[in-house]
Amino acid sequence: MALPPPHIDVSMTIAITDLEHPTPRRTGMPARVSRFFRRRRRLSLFATLGAPVAWMLVVYIGSLLVLVAAAFFKLDENSQPTTEFTTDNVTKALTTGAFLEVVLRSILIALAVTAVCLVIALPMAFYIAKVAKPRWRRGLIVAVLLPLWAGYLVKGYAWKSIFAPDAGKFAARKGGGFLEATIGWTPGFGKLAIVITLAYLWLPYMVLPIYAGLERLPASYLDAAGDLGARPFRTFVSVIMPILIPSIAAGSIFTFSLSLGDYITPRIISGGKEQLIGNVIDLLQQQNQALSAALTLWPIAIIIVYLIGMSRLRAFENV
Amino acid sequence: MRTKRLTGAIGTALVLLLTACGSDGDTATTSAPASAPTSAAASPTSTAASETIAAPGATTAPAETSGVQTTAGAPAAGTPTELGASEGELNIIVWAGYAEDGSTDPAVDWVTPFEKETGCSVNVKTGNSSDEMVQLMQTGEYDGVSASGDATTRLIQGGEVSPINTDLIPNYADVFEGLKLKPWNSVDGTPYGVPHGRGANLLVFNTEAFPVAPDSITTMFEDGPAAGSISVYDSAIYIADAAIYLMATQPDLGITNPYALDQDQFDAAITVLKAQKALVSQYWALYTDQQAELEGGTVLAGTSWQIIVNLAEANGAKIGAVKAKEGATGWSDTWMVSSKAKHPNCMYQWMNHIISPEANAAVAEWFGEAPSNAKACNLVSEGFCDTYHAEDEDYWNDVWYWTTATERCLDGRTDVTCVPYSDWVDAWAELRA
Repeated sequence: MALPPPHIDVSMTIAITDLEHPTPRRTGMPARVSRFFRRRRRLSLFATLGAPVAWMLVVYIGSLLVLVAAAFFKLDENSQPTTEFTTDNVTKALTTGAFLEVVLRSILIALAVTAVCLVIALPMAFYIAKVAKPRWRRGLIVAVLLPLWAGYLVKGYAWKSIFAPDAGKFAARKGGGFLEATIGWTPGFGKLAIVITLAYLWLPYMVLPIYAGLERLPASYLDAAGDLGARPFRTFVSVIMPILIPSIAAGSIFTFSLSLGDYITPRIISGGKEQLIGNVIDLLQQQNQALSAALTLWPIAIIIVYLIGMSRLRAFENV
Repeated sequence: MRTKRLTGAIGTALVLLLTACGSDGDTATTSAPASAPTSAAASPTSTAASETIAAPGATTAPAETSGVQTTAGAPAAGTPTELGASEGELNIIVWAGYAEDGSTDPAVDWVTPFEKETGCSVNVKTGNSSDEMVQLMQTGEYDGVSASGDATTRLIQGGEVSPINTDLIPNYADVFEGLKLKPWNSVDGTPYGVPHGRGANLLVFNTEAFPVAPDSITTMFEDGPAAGSISVYDSAIYIADAAIYLMATQPDLGITNPYALDQDQFDAAITVLKAQKALVSQYWALYTDQQAELEGGTVLAGTSWQIIVNLAEANGAKIGAVKAKEGATGWSDTWMVSSKAKHPNCMYQWMNHIISPEANAAVAEWFGEAPSNAKACNLVSEGFCDTYHAEDEDYWNDVWYWTTATERCLDGRTDVTCVPYSDWVDAWAELRA
């Protein structure tokens, strides 16, 4: 970082002079309000942040608490909530084999999506930040972000048609989708297809933090590594990766949590055959809200654990 | 340092949460018996219970605020005796295809004439499932709903809908007697809505895959030309379809009503559905999803609605549809007025309009179901009412209208308790997970 500017003392002098020779008192309402708050630092902080924090507490934390509380109320025969306390729903959500299976499946798919995004995003971000000519950078970043402008459903259905297998002699469209027609292979509409689609959807969220991390990496580090005889791989492992880990952790929070909570992509791609935790919550939220609420404890707990892990990797610093 | 403290705090919260859940086992067992009287009181059979059920609708029925006159001695207590002025607006929850305003097909429009005639502008909210409809009605923001039998019971018992005064609905007189005052649209002879129409859930099939049209429900559950390309309705109510299959194939189980399953019968149905998973390529909740797969030829057989069959056929799908010979699940829909309706006058006029011979005929032809108004059969195309068996009561004998399963067995058995619909929901969620 640059050294503190040498004229820092001068500004301090000015501040002191200001106290000794206060500027003529302005009058009028805005000036009076401004003076009022200047003397009351805490109050001014409260006036600035109070409303957003209150909104956050009520709307965000509050709704989350209501959601968790909803898991503990018994439903009557018509699926209407009663005031009776029960832990049946939570026990069921946490112990039923089928639900454990779907939770595990969701975690694995979210991790797979994160891994795929990482493998693709690392070279992409490196190319944009370090290899491409500076005047191209902005355009490339826009290109990475561009898919975010297209509708989510459009992209989901587009991938479905890309994956479409040759559905046999009764299919209206012979020969299957793009993959089947060009390379003669398609993952079909299973878990792999879901992972690919989700990885495509969330890739920009991984590229951006890594790009930001690489931008902060001084080119001189790479030169120094080269001068000291490190080969590219060694430079990557010993110089680039340690600096990038917080960025990767930050990016993975997006890809992991967005994948874990997604329920529309699995429905579109697999026609409802492959279910993630979000699908089960969605199915139940119309029919058994209490059990549905109890099941949301799973993603909440998983994300908290994940965030703790990522904060260990300093994901929340320098981003 | 700060991260450590944050981690610690979250960790503590988690531990607290887990310990709270851990101690739940004991309380769960003790709270179970306490709930028994509640559910017993909710059963619609006992007269005393029925009165308490009717009460919420009666007390919350729109009175002075809505401009509807009410008197105590009316046909059903708390229902309006005459209609006031139109409120100018109407918010209704409908099944797709029940309120067409010409935007799907310019020739298909029974909403615009209603708006012109009554001055009520209609806002339509399409409900995708009975469960969604119940949920939407619970918000109290809608004036009425076209509810199927698996929603009506919940709506009546939950006090979401009011009994109606059929004197204010002149067209009610022409409704088939076989549809009036049924368990799913009335309580103790008090009507809770006007019958709209009925239909069977059909077995749809690809005519190329099936040179000989299938006619059996076994197509859905056993290996055949459609194995791996079967489309199933994604709702707990579909468990009843498995029960119908069991009625035909395993008579030893003694199932006489697919909505009255004791634990053994229910478990057998779930086993059938688990085995069926290997044959299924799609579980559809949105009718357009199934339509797309039928058009694409990627679904070769499935449970469907006539409206989906019509829409897909119009787009060139090579399909046919039949009611399975073993019987089928089906629906008998009822227009009901919300107990919190802000526009009850418009809703009454809508209920009268939608079962008028003209509108009822138009809906029936568009949706592909049997009309409820006998006079509608004079207005529909030649042979329509025969095709849909509108006047043929025998046809409906083996159609099991969607009904909410209750602990008290609907088939009259008293020696066992049946699996209530809430457990159907959980079982379906587990099955699908």
